Amino acid sequence: MDLSTLVLVLIAVTVASYYGGVMRSQALAGPLGGIKHLAALPSYYGFMAVIWTVVPALILLLIWTFTESSVIANMVIALMPPEAANLGEGELSLLYSRVGNVASGIMEMDTLGEAYRPAVERLVELDSFTAHFKPLLVITLAVTGALLALKMASAKWNVRYPVERTFNILLFLSSGIAVLSTAGIIFSVLFESIRFFQQIPLFNFLFGTEWSPQIAIRADQVGASGAFGVVPLLVGTLLISAIAMLVAVPTGLMSAIYLAEYASKKTRDIVKPLLEILAGIPTIVYGFFAAITVAPAIRRAGESIGLEVASESALAAGLVMGVMIIPFVSSLSDDVITAVPQSMRDGSYGLGATQSETIRKVIFPAALPGIVGGVLLAISRAIGETMIVVMAAGSVANLSINPLEAVTTVTVQIVTLLVGDQEFDNAKTLAAFALGLILFLITLGLNFMALHIVKKYREQYD
Amino acid sequence: MSNLIREMVRSNLKKRYQAEQRFRLYGLASVGFGLLCLALLFADIIYKGAGAFRQTVVEVELYFDPEVLGLNIPVETDQIRSANFDGVIRLMLRERFPEVTTRADRRALYGLLSVNAVYDLQALVMANPKLIGQSRKIWLLADDDVDMYYKYGREGEQVGRLAEISRIWVEQLADDGVVKTQFNTGFFTNGDSRDPEISGVKGAVMGSFFTLIVTFIISFPIGVAAAIYMEEFAPKNKLTDFIEVNINNLAAVPSIIFGLLGLAVFINFFGVPRSVPLVGGLVLSLMTLPTVIISSRASITAVPPSIREAALGIGASKVQVVLHHVLPLAIPGMLTGAIIGMARALGETAPLLMIGMIAFIIDPPSSVLDPATTLPVQIYLWADSPERAFTERTSAAIMVLLAFLIVMNSLAVWLRRRLETRW
Repeated sequence: MDLSTLVLVLIAVTVASYYGGVMRSQALAGPLGGIKHLAALPSYYGFMAVIWTVVPALILLLIWTFTESSVIANMVIALMPPEAANLGEGELSLLYSRVGNVASGIMEMDTLGEAYRPAVERLVELDSFTAHFKPLLVITLAVTGALLALKMASAKWNVRYPVERTFNILLFLSSGIAVLSTAGIIFSVLFESIRFFQQIPLFNFLFGTEWSPQIAIRADQVGASGAFGVVPLLVGTLLISAIAMLVAVPTGLMSAIYLAEYASKKTRDIVKPLLEILAGIPTIVYGFFAAITVAPAIRRAGESIGLEVASESALAAGLVMGVMIIPFVSSLSDDVITAVPQSMRDGSYGLGATQSETIRKVIFPAALPGIVGGVLLAISRAIGETMIVVMAAGSVANLSINPLEAVTTVTVQIVTLLVGDQEFDNAKTLAAFALGLILFLITLGLNFMALHIVKKYREQYD
Repeated sequence: MSNLIREMVRSNLKKRYQAEQRFRLYGLASVGFGLLCLALLFADIIYKGAGAFRQTVVEVELYFDPEVLGLNIPVETDQIRSANFDGVIRLMLRERFPEVTTRADRRALYGLLSVNAVYDLQALVMANPKLIGQSRKIWLLADDDVDMYYKYGREGEQVGRLAEISRIWVEQLADDGVVKTQFNTGFFTNGDSRDPEISGVKGAVMGSFFTLIVTFIISFPIGVAAAIYMEEFAPKNKLTDFIEVNINNLAAVPSIIFGLLGLAVFINFFGVPRSVPLVGGLVLSLMTLPTVIISSRASITAVPPSIREAALGIGASKVQVVLHHVLPLAIPGMLTGAIIGMARALGETAPLLMIGMIAFIIDPPSSVLDPATTLPVQIYLWADSPERAFTERTSAAIMVLLAFLIVMNSLAVWLRRRLETRW
């Protein structure tokens, strides 16, 4: 029985247990003179039975599914001839998969040697055992749970309490998923980074000015120095983000001011959603636009005035990224500008200030903390942006702050290192996780700073 | 004295009004710049991609010679599979251009038609074995270089790498009236391919579909449950604050980090297979979870307290209040938020590259456990291909992606307008 049939059977048992619970409650209520004599509504008896059916069965199924492969592997490896015990981890897993191939009939016994016959036979045995026994046990547990719940049900016991309690626990666990994913991110990135720093010293990583992640496989290999200095990547990332911010902050801010203070309501209702389309366009589309249209245009423009421009210049990636971030800056600024109370504008007009003077001298200072917070979030967005730079920026590390040259970024390197085959004992693969850690820490820091600034310096009106 | 001040103010006034005008102009220019970029982006994509919806075909008269095909009469179906349709096509081309004799030229000549034309012929003859021994006029797919030349090169635009001699042949065929462009249905019904003329987006669309299904099934219930907990049940304490901080922080984590998480946790630790929509959906659901939670919380807080108090007043339990009254009123807003989150997930590329959904896959997936790519990853793969015909197809695939996004966002707006209750 495969997993999907098992799940279908479980669903059927669950539905049956619900109706069983409802019918049981009605049977209990019958002699007492109607369901008003029950401590809870009939549907709660149904849900009670469902909980007893589903929860134990699911727990068993999950534990079994996740532990089954490693338990079986241990039992089979124990039966292998003594020479297998001396193998390294990689060779052992290769050997185990060959045993698996023989057991499933893909390979012949003699490719492995007679010494492995007990291990192969044991694997066949265990596989068929779990294939038959796991569904049987899970379904038995589900049915037993349902019957137990039906037997426990009584007219006096208010089953609404345990049902609601379970519901509460379920809700709590759901909100815990967010915590779990943060923990998952931190641990996955951290563990692999620690393994990376065991091979490459932290100091060399943080302050090295050369990045060429080709590890020499043979000792005499040419051009595989394996330098892991993150400085050129950070400089490249900051250069592109700075260009993006030079585009996005003035335009975003001025659009927000124009739309909030000058534009008529009708214009605002049309233009604002249009600008927000820019934020909804997938980054891959911007990347394509940057690589195919903007970069060649900049190159041609540069050449016509006698400048040498790289075909993957930081300028192209930065400009397009800036356009992507305009709506982000403008909608955050718009929120804080409209939050400034009208009385402050009226006061300023009353003193004879023009509209632009009011905006610059009164509204802008009042909205500044919110705007700064928004800009910090925008920077964090720019640093973490991937597809635009993967397609339009370079992939070779180049320590330069010239926007016409090709530079690479942290995100580009993560993608380059991880796309394709990976081996997890290789500094090249692990380096991607170390870069991920840096990226995570930078964006986390920027986000906290943004929140802190908004909270601390926000003027409270009214 | 007061005259002096008046004079000063007056002389300043002109400057101040000019500054006012300038400031206003900057604002207008900024808005204009944003809109211009939007227009430019769409115009560029449409200009580049519109051609991909038309495809060049060539009409040829083929004689299905059993001798050339290597078939005996009566024909068995098995034989047709291995029959030499290539030979039939080549014979026809040699007869049409008898002046072509050298080996290299002949090879160029055979390259006029798509190498995949033989499969079309195979399918045709399979369906109708009586064709063998007969002549038939058939429209066959042209090679992608011919396609590029016929669509763009004839107006003098410098595209593609079609050799000069092949261009002359295409012109001759065009003069005969046997070359035309037709609607490119294959773009919507084929999977990916190394040959641009038969590559399509169906595989990517199906991959995106399965990935989004997984994303929705996981992130919507969990997100709604988490939102209900945070808004209705969570006690005010440190733990709740901690969860809240986590949710807000997760919303700002770069998407590529979720790819690292998926690789390290789902693939390496739990052993979920690589490249399948299941693992893509898992990663994207963690990514969209904060969006769903935040929008769901907003729609729960929008339900007025009087509704809760009324329900509590007539004896409902807290859970009953939520399930019978708050949730039904808040669900349209929650769905709107979820659809917007799904639209974001549909356009996401970076985390999927990490978990191997970037493989070259020809057959469209039929379940969440078949290797697949998604629409944005397909765009990335095609954008990397050197053939000019793939640039065109990339833009067309972007148009398909944007069309899906527009539909989803319009649906969200419609849902909000239609179902939202204003209190």
